[in-house]
Amino acid sequence: MYVAVKGGEAAIDHSVRLVAQARRGDATVPELTLEQIKQQLRLSVDRVMTEGSVYDPELAALAIKQAAGDLIEAIFLLRAFRATLPRLGYTRPVDTAEMRLQRRISAIFKDLPGGQLLGPTCDYTQRLLDFALAEEGTGSDPVFEEQKTGADSRFPLVLDLLDREGLIERQAPAEDDPAPADLTREPLAFPADRATRLQNLARGDEGFLLAMGYSTQRGYAHSHPFAGEIRYGSVEVELVPEELGFPVVIGEIELTECQMVNQFAGSKSEPPQFTRGYGLAFGHCERKAMAISLVDRALRAGELGERVESPAQMQEFVLSHSDSLEASGFVQHLKLPHYVDFQAELELVRKMR
Amino acid sequence: MRDPHYTFAYLDERTKRMIRRALLKAVAIPGYQVPFGSREMPLPYGWGTGGIQVTAAILGPQDVLKVIDQGADDTVNAVNIRRFFERTAGVATTERTRDATLIQTRHRIPETPLHERQIIVYQVPAPEPLHRLEPREAETRRLHGLAEYGLLHVKLYEDIARYGHVCTSYDYPVLVNGRYVMAPSPIPKFDNPKLHMNPALQLFGAGREKRIYAVPPYTSVQSLAFEDHPFEVQRWSRPCALCGATDSFLDEVVTDDRGGRMFVCSDTDYCGGRRERRAAA
Repeated sequence: MYVAVKGGEAAIDHSVRLVAQARRGDATVPELTLEQIKQQLRLSVDRVMTEGSVYDPELAALAIKQAAGDLIEAIFLLRAFRATLPRLGYTRPVDTAEMRLQRRISAIFKDLPGGQLLGPTCDYTQRLLDFALAEEGTGSDPVFEEQKTGADSRFPLVLDLLDREGLIERQAPAEDDPAPADLTREPLAFPADRATRLQNLARGDEGFLLAMGYSTQRGYAHSHPFAGEIRYGSVEVELVPEELGFPVVIGEIELTECQMVNQFAGSKSEPPQFTRGYGLAFGHCERKAMAISLVDRALRAGELGERVESPAQMQEFVLSHSDSLEASGFVQHLKLPHYVDFQAELELVRKMR
Repeated sequence: MRDPHYTFAYLDERTKRMIRRALLKAVAIPGYQVPFGSREMPLPYGWGTGGIQVTAAILGPQDVLKVIDQGADDTVNAVNIRRFFERTAGVATTERTRDATLIQTRHRIPETPLHERQIIVYQVPAPEPLHRLEPREAETRRLHGLAEYGLLHVKLYEDIARYGHVCTSYDYPVLVNGRYVMAPSPIPKFDNPKLHMNPALQLFGAGREKRIYAVPPYTSVQSLAFEDHPFEVQRWSRPCALCGATDSFLDEVVTDDRGGRMFVCSDTDYCGGRRERRAAA
């Protein structure tokens, strides 16, 4: 005999305890500390901060620990926390030309003012499993100190060099440049301007953007990209407190910036010149910054008079599906009970047969 | 008991005010989808975040809250949402439709008729009734503006031409106040007639899609149909196996692996109340 299922509450409580148990694993193994996560899983922390839209390595590490390493779940935890934070003010735009660099490369000039600075990268290593890392206490060379370039050496933005020749589109903000919309406060509306699109992409899922960017290299919206410059380092964040009226440095954040240079054949009003795609992410997120810049350029198709025919060029397609919280939530909501709709469909299918 | 670490009903007061403004606009233009700055909630998008935000924005300490999913108070997600508000707002909760001042629901309208002092909040996964026919939002917004709903009528016509009847069994589109076509959320079309001239205020929240809409009390809500093919609801050939009701939406329950089935009310409060009264008699 069917009895209406009671006990949802007890089942939920038990499942919460099982999650905690599974997260901790074998209790004889030492527990992870947030400091360990921050130091040794820094790229996970950077991704969670970028897509979680909060620059706070401590909270990101906590989210990663709580989510047992599931980064999309960690991003969700951080975003839900962020939604409750008050908005104290807006900082001044950061100046990436003044970045204290750890890495700076350009794929379009062999040498350039400031030079190429490889910094920490796996790019030119052989991806062989390093069995030495399996042994504790052998994994690092803590005394290594890189020869630093002179304090007065400058690293101008590579694209500014092209700009001087007029070969690349100018992107100085207009005098009446409006303040950008805030996607965390206002819903996305179409058509979305570029500032709004870039915000959406910065918060977007890295895997999704990687695939969309990749598609533009395989014939779906080809834009002939060159990695004009990728830089990673620290920038100062400034705020102008109302009562003071002058900027005050409130801290420093790490950023990865990618400026893509793309071909453009010109139009009736514009001579042929290079165009730009731009990507920015918290911490060291190079793959993500590059993917954003490819997608950003593809999404400018309409503005540049190109035909919009591939998914990566379609605003609604890209921007409505980039957010991992929205995607993960809605895909997984299929786990929720659908007895009633399924019953309605059963009745319908029986009737249609 | 209310957890003092959170604002009453979780959301900060500015966010609540923003949502209330959207709600006022929604009530003023019945059936029109109002965009709002949906927040990331501590529950996943697609799991009732729109309904939760609407409830959080209008909930007061004196309210009595009922939360149902598939008509039942004890389904796991309904339990989770009810506990969320017990924890963050400390309000009284009930399973009795009649006793609730605020009902948050997913996929059903209670069988017990609602009254003027009640508000029902629907969780909405997909607020745009035209979405399956036209995915571009810029375009659907234009179609709503022009009240151009030919696409939907053609879809209904094609169903009838091909199968002899309309092949939509839930989230069946409705025309509100003679102007906007609206998605009633995935309630079975069995519930559609309850939307019409309902004495309660009906609010709809879509968190992931960032839209709010409303049907004010005593508003006309017509399910789309043709004169020669009027709207019809599901009917069962047998009563509820537990309470004997013949007027409620029945869930089919598989009882064994030899084709055994039983049909019981999806509305657990309605079914339980009927059984109590029968036992008392």
